[in-house]
Amino acid sequence: MLEIGLAHYLTVAAILFTLGIFGIFLNRKNVIIILMSIELMLLAVNLNFVAFSAFLHDLVGQIFAMFVLTVAAAEAAIGLAILVVYFRNRGTIAVEDIHLMKG
Amino acid sequence: MIIQAISFWLFAGVAVASGVMVIAARNPVHSVLFLILAFFNSAGLFVLLGAEFLAMILVIVYVGAVAVLFLFVVMMLDINFVELRQGFLQYLPVGALIGLALFVELVLVFGAWVVAPEIAATAAAPMPPPAQVSNTAALGALLYTRYVYAFQAAGMVLLVAMIGAIVLTLRRREGVRKQRIGQQVGRRREDSVEVVKVRPREGVS
Repeated sequence: MLEIGLAHYLTVAAILFTLGIFGIFLNRKNVIIILMSIELMLLAVNLNFVAFSAFLHDLVGQIFAMFVLTVAAAEAAIGLAILVVYFRNRGTIAVEDIHLMKG
Repeated sequence: MIIQAISFWLFAGVAVASGVMVIAARNPVHSVLFLILAFFNSAGLFVLLGAEFLAMILVIVYVGAVAVLFLFVVMMLDINFVELRQGFLQYLPVGALIGLALFVELVLVFGAWVVAPEIAATAAAPMPPPAQVSNTAALGALLYTRYVYAFQAAGMVLLVAMIGAIVLTLRRREGVRKQRIGQQVGRRREDSVEVVKVRPREGVS
């Protein structure tokens, strides 16, 4: 209980990742919550990287976590821009109405 | 030791609880705020792990940029969120099943897993002792030398994302009065000022 090891951090990251997956399934209609769930999952991945980096004394994990952070920020920006454009055209953000790209 | 353990349980507990609230909150604004709380607590976990630079980056990038972007979009779009929540309970069993299965798998992987003792010798970039080199300096020394191309590529990713977001959301609307600076600056005295001789009892026509 008092000795915090690698497994503790990995468990927290696993719980956060599972919550992200769960959120995607739970809020099938709301794209904003889905994007937030993806952010939560990327945060869990980062936590894994940093935990391994700290416990294996290897800095590369933290470098890679930084790149994950970059991609997460880019993904959020593009996703929200697409969302704004979609809302401007359709007046709703319900994901279930998005069949346009099926042709 | 005990302080570390207490902080770990505090940060981890609040992070997980706010993660639950992110996906369960009724109002998306509350979801974003709980996301910010989760990020703050994860930054605390990063500090506990000795990654101070990443913790600060997490606060600045995620809380300062991404979460605020989410907040902007949530508040800008006029959406009926009650409608979007319909089917919440319908998806609950499937989601819970898949989430549970995934979590059990992850725990099984982590539970039966140990670090080989000789792995420390094979580290790609061994961490210098924190007493001599700070985390930020060590990260910079590695990032700007061995990973400089990856760093540039990350910059390109951000540039493409920025330009993409601008291209997607920029629109020209008709009938909007705008300032035309070139026209303003290019105006000459002859175009705008005219001396008119006004004769008495006659107005200026």
